[in-house]
Amino acid sequence: MFDFLSSLFKGDSFSHGIHPDENKHFTAHLPIRRLPFAPELVLPLSQHFGAPSESLVHPGQEVVRGEPIAKANGFMSVPLHAPATGRIKRTELMPTAKGPRTPSIILEVYPGDSQEVRYDAPRDYLTMEPKAIVQGVQDTGLVGLGGAAFPTHVKLSPPKGHQVHTVLINGCECEPFLTTDHRVMLEYTADLILGTQILMKALGANRAIIGTEENKLDAVAAIQAKLPADGSIKVRAVPTKYPQGAEKMLAKALMDVEIPSGNFPSSVGLGVFNVASTAELGALFPHSRGVIERVVTVTGPGIEKPGNYMVPIGTPVGFILKQLGFAGQANCLIMGGPMMGGSVSSLEVPMTKGSGGLLVLTERILEQQHDQPNYPCISCAQCVDACPMHLNPSQLGKLAHKHRYDDMAGNFHLMDCFECGCCSYVCPSGIPLVQYFRIAKSSLREQAARERAAAS
Amino acid sequence: MIATGRTVVLHTSPHLRKTPAVDVIMRNVVYALLPIIAFAIYQFGISVLALVLVCVGTSIGVEHVVCRLSGRSTSVNDWSVTITGMLLALTLPPGFALWMAAVAAVVGVGIGKMFFGGLGYNIMNPALIGRAFAQAAFTAPMTTWVPILAPDRFTQFIPSTFTLPFLKPESIQPWLAAVAPDGFSGATPLALMKFEQIPTDSMQLLLGSTAGSAGETSALLILLCGAYLVYRRMMNVRIPISILTVAALTTTVFYLIDGDTYPGPLFMLCSGGLMLGAVFMATDMVASPVTPMGVWIYGGLIGFVTIIIRLFGGLSEGIMYAILLANAFSPLISNITQPRRYGAPKKKGVG
Repeated sequence: MFDFLSSLFKGDSFSHGIHPDENKHFTAHLPIRRLPFAPELVLPLSQHFGAPSESLVHPGQEVVRGEPIAKANGFMSVPLHAPATGRIKRTELMPTAKGPRTPSIILEVYPGDSQEVRYDAPRDYLTMEPKAIVQGVQDTGLVGLGGAAFPTHVKLSPPKGHQVHTVLINGCECEPFLTTDHRVMLEYTADLILGTQILMKALGANRAIIGTEENKLDAVAAIQAKLPADGSIKVRAVPTKYPQGAEKMLAKALMDVEIPSGNFPSSVGLGVFNVASTAELGALFPHSRGVIERVVTVTGPGIEKPGNYMVPIGTPVGFILKQLGFAGQANCLIMGGPMMGGSVSSLEVPMTKGSGGLLVLTERILEQQHDQPNYPCISCAQCVDACPMHLNPSQLGKLAHKHRYDDMAGNFHLMDCFECGCCSYVCPSGIPLVQYFRIAKSSLREQAARERAAAS
Repeated sequence: MIATGRTVVLHTSPHLRKTPAVDVIMRNVVYALLPIIAFAIYQFGISVLALVLVCVGTSIGVEHVVCRLSGRSTSVNDWSVTITGMLLALTLPPGFALWMAAVAAVVGVGIGKMFFGGLGYNIMNPALIGRAFAQAAFTAPMTTWVPILAPDRFTQFIPSTFTLPFLKPESIQPWLAAVAPDGFSGATPLALMKFEQIPTDSMQLLLGSTAGSAGETSALLILLCGAYLVYRRMMNVRIPISILTVAALTTTVFYLIDGDTYPGPLFMLCSGGLMLGAVFMATDMVASPVTPMGVWIYGGLIGFVTIIIRLFGGLSEGIMYAILLANAFSPLISNITQPRRYGAPKKKGVG
């Protein structure tokens, strides 16, 4: 009853969540600019969720910008395209943002080349069958550009019995500092609308809602001006709150439905796509091109020239920092936003399809944030009031401390946690709650895998 | 490729964190209690100052010594034990013997908090454990009240304050006769109401011009200090709201049944330790439930039990036992009121 009362005052949003400082003013007003090509690009074969791509090239081979250099290995996989004209040097294990070294194609860029994309095979989605569109989307190599890097075409093939009626385009970008999606909505509005229409056609959905937050009203106006006259696509701004950009939170805010635990959005008739992915689809699909570059917000107190940059896939982090000025002696490099992004261990780590931001925090900021003493849990319930999934992080944290992982999953729904980090953010005792939960979840997954292996 | 000699710091997300930390929250509670202590000293004189100093000093000392004995670094700098000492002093009668107060602090902090593992692990509010012990061990001094605004209160201690350890306090009757020649009933408004059916003016209760424990007399001041913490988002406002609402409702029911025997809601809310307990004791985060619904139930339980003890129990005051009882129940309350998680299968009849 009280949740109902409080929802009256909150407008169209999910309940709970947090309001961290946005810090978007550093880059929100800066138009997207191109960065030069790095001398060498590092292209991991696994930039997406699913099976790694299979290499199609051999050392010494010359490739042209836009040419496929790796093919999809099965349905749950995507191809990879050459981000620049140049010569393949070798395939080698290289460090990635996720941590482990993975097989990557090293591409030496020809410095004198015009780097024009010559691949162009026009096609019209309107005359295509949904199945053909799905295949076409897979051929673009498109994955969720919001960070999850889930292959887009897989979302276009919902399980049997699921009929998607509404496509939600996620332009919330609730992570502090990042302005990638904001700029894409402003500058690639026509591509965004076209991409939305392609998604609707592929899924057989009759309407779409582009959802963004109230701190991006200029994007709402820009989209509104270009919406098709038939009214099938709408744009709406919901209150600015973290993690509004999680698909479950967006479904609650825009449609007032909950995606049942353990299910896809398609189980309630929804398809949720990132706004940058959708705009990229609108730009690539009509020309049968592949993903070769993406918009990245490079920002944070450790960067001299913050901004939004069109970066070729495979550009090493170190090259970007050299171009844009790296301030300070010790820095924390974060791939993605400050709430969910992972810090990278090497300047050789490349930007991949899922990297929407490169945030450079200085040592001083990290000290301010984290060099406070840690205390025991005082049951203040701030984490309970912050958790967007309405879990009980306080209790989960106490159980994690005792390694009672089965109890956490069985009685306190650990597996519903999507690691947004709200609990760790608000905890006055400085307890690394979400970090505990990640360990607990991976331990449980390993245990389940062992049991499956033993049973088979 | 890039200049060497730089350090790249690794860190797991989230990379941002919200202040304030626990010690900041606790320090702000200390700030919020200072006006109440100042008012108590203004009303009852330097005896209260001595009482506060002894309670706070003993509490800090006990926590420090126990930490040292158990071989870990001292936890007194998280400020929580300072709050315990202050709250304990505020719930004692102004002329309470200092040695008894020190014993109460040792029991409250030593057994009520440190034996359980210190901050975060205590089951009940340590200050109330200390007070409950004092109530049981020193029954007569715990119900010996003194009048407010006694002359010479800033230069003279109440005679019972400096009772020698392990001795009974001497009678304060001669002192009472000197400071209150017109006669002082020696009872709190609650006791007057309960045992003699003499009501006290609500305005007096609100402003605090009545006898009682050192820090419980002005309901208005306590509310203002609590409001500061709520404004700083350092107190769960659901707890005092639910306690006071349920206490008022329960009182109203009995008042409507028999208005001659039972007092009205305003009297109940403003008298005795209800306000101090509701705002500063029941809100002890460690000993209250963590779930939103659990907090409402917890507060409601405290409000209801307080009024039942006041109206039907052998004691004139019930807030202390009500809070301790609810503290004991809070793990259970937390367990049965787990929030309905997002996307959970809908149960019938549960909203």
